Amino acid sequence: TPDPLITEKQPWATGWGDGVDATPYGLPIRFEGDVIRRNVEWLTADVISSINFTPIHALDGTITPAGCAFERHHSGAIELAKEDYRLMIHGLVDKPLVFTYEDLERFPRVNRTYFLECAANTGMEWAGAQLNGAQFTHGMIHNMEYSGVTLRTLLEEAGVKPEGKWIYVEGADASSNGRSIPIEKALDDCLVAFKANGEALRKEHGYPVRLCVPGWEGNMWVKWLRRVEVTDQAVESREETSKYTDTLADGTSRKWTWVMDAKSVVTSPSPQSPIKHGKGPLVITGLAWSGRGAITAVDVSIDGGKTWTEARLAAPGQKMALTRFYLDIEWDGSEMLLQSRATDETGYVQPTKKQLRDVRGENSVYHNNCIQTWWVKENGEAENVEVS
Amino acid sequence: EGFGLGREALPEEIAAWNLDVSPDGTGLPVGSGSVEDGEYLFSDKCAVCHGEFAEGVDNWPKLAGGEDTLARKDPIKTVGSYWPYLSTVWDYAHRSMPFGDAQSLTVDETYAITAYIIYSNNLVDDDFVLSNENFLEVEMPNADGFIIDDRAETEYPNFTNRCMENCKENVEITMRAAVLDVTPEEEGAEEAAAETPAETEVAAAEEAAPAAEAPAAEAAPAAAAALNPALVAAGETVFKKCKACHQVGPDAKNKVGPVLNGLIGRSIASVDGFKYSPAMKAKADEGFVWTEETVAAYLKDPKGYIPKNKMSFAGLKKDEDIAAVIAYIESNAQ
Repeated sequence: TPDPLITEKQPWATGWGDGVDATPYGLPIRFEGDVIRRNVEWLTADVISSINFTPIHALDGTITPAGCAFERHHSGAIELAKEDYRLMIHGLVDKPLVFTYEDLERFPRVNRTYFLECAANTGMEWAGAQLNGAQFTHGMIHNMEYSGVTLRTLLEEAGVKPEGKWIYVEGADASSNGRSIPIEKALDDCLVAFKANGEALRKEHGYPVRLCVPGWEGNMWVKWLRRVEVTDQAVESREETSKYTDTLADGTSRKWTWVMDAKSVVTSPSPQSPIKHGKGPLVITGLAWSGRGAITAVDVSIDGGKTWTEARLAAPGQKMALTRFYLDIEWDGSEMLLQSRATDETGYVQPTKKQLRDVRGENSVYHNNCIQTWWVKENGEAENVEVS
Repeated sequence: EGFGLGREALPEEIAAWNLDVSPDGTGLPVGSGSVEDGEYLFSDKCAVCHGEFAEGVDNWPKLAGGEDTLARKDPIKTVGSYWPYLSTVWDYAHRSMPFGDAQSLTVDETYAITAYIIYSNNLVDDDFVLSNENFLEVEMPNADGFIIDDRAETEYPNFTNRCMENCKENVEITMRAAVLDVTPEEEGAEEAAAETPAETEVAAAEEAAPAAEAPAAEAAPAAAAALNPALVAAGETVFKKCKACHQVGPDAKNKVGPVLNGLIGRSIASVDGFKYSPAMKAKADEGFVWTEETVAAYLKDPKGYIPKNKMSFAGLKKDEDIAAVIAYIESNAQ
């Protein structure tokens, strides 16, 4: 039968749409209203000090739109105007300096695309499959193109003394969220960013200025960056001792576990993005990343890890940035135990959950980069499971 | 040579921001505080989230207890059981606490609160006074419990096998997320085409607010006339327990909790711009109104009176404290 959407005149084909200024700064069309950040209320005591999740199951490509990039605050997202912004560099430097926002704009600028992953991403899955959706298991991540000034440029402006071995960075919000970073990393690739994806940082991502610490856990990417102190030792602040340390099975804890190891996840099909079209051509897609360099390969298994097929990377892997992968298959309509496995330029291959547990136990909380399994059923629905 | 941008930071500017304290005592200012003073301060400023004995309320951090739990399932990580350095406690309390009123503690108050926290962990006696002089003598039980990241030795050499075929013989499902069923429901996901769900809810709450303000305005003057000044003064002290989350008065704003201006006589969950829990919104649907009686019952047992509401407060035990704090809130009705 003929399709009335084709044979009948439709209102959008006969009347007017919106004028050009209907939305001076646009939002997604209402049909995409379910592509939003989501919170897991039972995780934290209050939304002021909490986290939500990027809807990675519904996105494609690699750049995360700022409007749905996950948020993590320790004392709420503050409003700090550019004219009220100050950045101080002091401590073991030749000349302690204060910069205004306008000062920062006058330094030579760079553009860099980096992923930011919270150390706790996938942390709820240590003791077993728990949350049913890629957004919840892997959504503490985003990937943006930042514009800003290298931290090295600013540190050189102040002049780091030879005894300066660390920096301590702090935000302007009430939590301050201070972290210590070795001077080598600070002088290597850290970025003092004021734009993301071409626009000013969003309030929830640290407007007007945040720190980028490529490949390292998100907690170190201090938002509303106000202070960089060059020191001779780590401050061992609350965020780097009582939090963001990883407890092993014997009760000993690892500290200074900054790097985010290679990881990947199939974003579709997945529990929030089931197969609705039945058997036939199926696009399996997902994201891969490594804090230790570029992704060189992603393999996909549909039988729970017995056999693997190398997926197609949408573009060559970039260092410390998300890589999109695709595997185009002819789905026969039978059950799948769907997995992805990333390999990075160091030769590191993403481990299974068992491999990680064998080394660490189940109490690490942070840095769970295990292979994820989705059980895709004959009806196309998917569930988060663990397999032997 | 550099770019010549920025200006030199002045000593008093550096002093204002350079507050961090390191494990060896670097940055620790001169001062002292006793467990005794700390107990009062802790009750006043910290107990609302961390409990009277630092045992923690709801999901808020527990600061005491948890000895010998690190190697078992679900370890309890507190200052006593986990934190390697006392400097971290002092530093965090001084710079980032109390929640919602950061940087309000004096140096001596910070010493006193730190002293009370370590007392709660049985690390010092009740007559202990903590100062910059004896600070480094306090032994933290888990000081040796940490190693520096060793993944490069213990993991990286082993995680290199990119097996492609015959990687294992059998695969069985060993655990399912659906069994636990803790995933938040996606409101409106199926009908996304029709509406944007998250915003609809907020908008509805905001629209409801103006109508609810009218009775509050009427009730306030009558109540204010009958207020006992001594009771109001006593209530101001009790209100310190509420202050971390609630404001009341002419410049009050919503914080962790909604503003309390005009509380008595107003419909529940009706403050403009505050995002209420589903539990509070459900009471609003029942037409629940805050009166002196309902506020008193709520303050006595917040979680029992309105289950699943998100106020993390254990409640006020004494009836006179409840009466006083209500009087204080009413005195700020406008």
